[in-house]
Amino acid sequence: MLWIAIRMLTGDAQKFYGLLFGIAFSTLLITQQLTIFVNLIERGASGVFNSPNAQIWVMDPVSRTTEVKYEMPSTALDEVRSVPGVEWAVPQLRATAAVRTSTGDLEGVSVIGVDDATLIGLPRNMAKGSRDVLSEPDAVLIDDVGVTNMFQPGEDPVGQRLELNDQRAVIRGVADSIPSFTSQVTLYTKYSRALNYVPGTRNRLSFVLAGVSPGADPKEVAQRITRQTGLKALTRDAFAQSGIDFIIQNTGIPTNFGITVFLGFVVGVAIVGLTFSLFIRDNIKQFGALKAIGVTNAKIVRMVAAQAGLVGAIGYALGVMGTVLFIWGFSGVPQFKGFYIPWQIPLISLGAVALILALTGWTALRSVLRTEPAAVFR
Amino acid sequence: MDTTAIGGCAPEAAICARGIVREFVAGQSTIRVLHGIDTDIRSGELTYVVGESGSGKTTLISIMCGILWPTMGEVKVFGTDIYGLSDSDLVNFRLNNIGFIFQQYNLIPSIDAAANAAVPLIAQGVPLDEARARAKVLLDKLNIGDQADKLPNQLSGGQQQRVAIARALVHEPRLVVCDEPTAALDARSGRRVMDLLREVAVAPDRACIIVTHDNRIFDLADRIIVLEDGRITHDGKEMPDDH
Repeated sequence: MLWIAIRMLTGDAQKFYGLLFGIAFSTLLITQQLTIFVNLIERGASGVFNSPNAQIWVMDPVSRTTEVKYEMPSTALDEVRSVPGVEWAVPQLRATAAVRTSTGDLEGVSVIGVDDATLIGLPRNMAKGSRDVLSEPDAVLIDDVGVTNMFQPGEDPVGQRLELNDQRAVIRGVADSIPSFTSQVTLYTKYSRALNYVPGTRNRLSFVLAGVSPGADPKEVAQRITRQTGLKALTRDAFAQSGIDFIIQNTGIPTNFGITVFLGFVVGVAIVGLTFSLFIRDNIKQFGALKAIGVTNAKIVRMVAAQAGLVGAIGYALGVMGTVLFIWGFSGVPQFKGFYIPWQIPLISLGAVALILALTGWTALRSVLRTEPAAVFR
Repeated sequence: MDTTAIGGCAPEAAICARGIVREFVAGQSTIRVLHGIDTDIRSGELTYVVGESGSGKTTLISIMCGILWPTMGEVKVFGTDIYGLSDSDLVNFRLNNIGFIFQQYNLIPSIDAAANAAVPLIAQGVPLDEARARAKVLLDKLNIGDQADKLPNQLSGGQQQRVAIARALVHEPRLVVCDEPTAALDARSGRRVMDLLREVAVAPDRACIIVTHDNRIFDLADRIIVLEDGRITHDGKEMPDDH
C-alpha cells in the first residue's frame, strides 16, 4: 500500500512539487539563517580564535570582549608573569586607527600589536608572505577583508604603502584570519610599533596573553591570576564565549534571525499544510474507496505518513543542499570566510520539518479518517 | 465467527438481513430511512435493489456490505454476523469477502490499470508483481489486457469501468456490490456492462447485488427488490407493472 501511496503523491506533479518546494524552502530558510546567525555571533570571538597560542586572556576587570576593552598599565604584564603556573605572558595592543591608502581612500582599521619577540597573537597561518616580515621597517600585515576593501581585484597589496595615523606603514604580507564581527580591516604589527602607530593615553596594554605550565589547568591558573592580580583572567574558551554572549546580549541579531527562522517555519506550515490538504481533498474519494474495500485506518495513516516522509526527506535534502551551496558559493567572500554549518543546525531543521509534516499531515489525515466508507456510495 | 442462522434465515443465503432499521439525525429531528427490512440474498443470482432516489437502496446496500452500521437489526454475510465483529475484523472481512464497483469507479489516477485492479490484493499483502500479474489475467478476460499499463485518464469511460470490475473481482470475493453501474452509460453500453457482469461476477458461490434505478436493464435481473420509502414493496423476478 505504501507503493500506492507514493504513486498517488508523485502522480499529482503540481502538488508533489508544491510540497517539495514548501519543505525545501522552509528547510533552506531555517538552516541558512541559523547557519549565518551562528557564524555571525561566533565572529564575536574571532579575536580570540585569531590568537591560537593564548591559553589565558588577562584584561582589566571591566573589559568584556577583544573589541570592548579597557587598557591596563604596562605593569600588568609583569604581574601576570609572576603568577605560579604561568609559563609565559605577552602583551597585546588593540586599537582603532585611520588609514589613507596610496589612492587616497580613507579606511577605519583595527590595529593589533603582537609581542615583538615571539609574535604570539598573530593568526596561525599567512595567506601571503611570512610572519617574519614583521621584522622589516614599518611592516604591517593586512587581513583578507583589508585586501578586498582597500585594493582593486587582482592588485597585489604586498609592498603597498599606507598612511597610518599620519605615519608610514608598509604591507608586507596577508594574514589568514577570521574577520571580526564588524568585518573591519585589521592590520597586525609588532607591539612596540603599534604603540607608535596608535598614540593614546597612559595605559596602552589591552590584553596579556598567557600560556600555562605543562600539566597546569588553564582554568585554575586563570582563577589564580585573578586572585593574585585583581585583573580579569579568562580561559580561551571562556573569553570566546564572552565575545559571543556580548553580541547576543547587545544586538538585535538573535531577535531578527529568530523572527526569520520562525517565518521559515510558518511559511513551511502554510505551504505544506495548504498543499497537503488540497492533495488529500482531491483524493478523498480514492481514500474512501480504499476504506470501503478493506484498507484499515492504520494502513491509511501509514500511507499518509509515507507520503509525508517522502516529501520531507527530498525537500529537507534539497533545503540542506541549498544551504551548502549558499555557504560554498560565498566562501570566497571575506565576510563569509570560515562559515560552516554546525552539525546541530541540520538536526534542528530536521526537527522543524518533522514538526511541519506532523502538524500538516495530521490535519490532512483527520479528514480521511473521518470519512465513512459508505460515503463512496453517495 | 458466528455461523448460526438468525430466525427465518435460509442456511444457503449469502446475505441474511433481519429487522434492519437505519435512522439519520438531521439537526433536531431523526429521519428513519429503513423501516425494518427483512430479506435474503442468494448466491448465483443477479439481484437488483431498485427504487427512487431517497428510497433507502444505497443505505440498505451499505449496511449489507458492512460499511454502514444499522440502527437496529442483524446482517449475516455467509453466516457471519458482520456487525458483531470488531472494527478491524469487519474491515478484514470486507477485504476478503466483498468486491465493490462504485458508480464513479474511484480509480486511483496515478497508477496504471493493472495496479488499480490489483488494489485489493495489494491490500491483502500480496506482493506487487504477483498482484499485478493476477490483475492482468482478469483484465485480459475483460478484454482490456492491452490497456493494463495505461493510467485511468488514458482510458475511455467503458474501459475504466472494466478496470473497476476487475478490481471488484480480482481477490475472488463471495459478494459483489455494484452501485449504479450503468448510470453514466447509454443504453447499449449499459446492457454490455450488465452482460459482462453476469458473465464474470455471477457464480454459483457468489452473490451479486446491483443498486440501480435504470429501467433499461431491469430485464437482465434474476431478482428485483423494490424499495419505497425504506420498505420493501416488491421482491420478484420482474418489476411490478406499476413501475
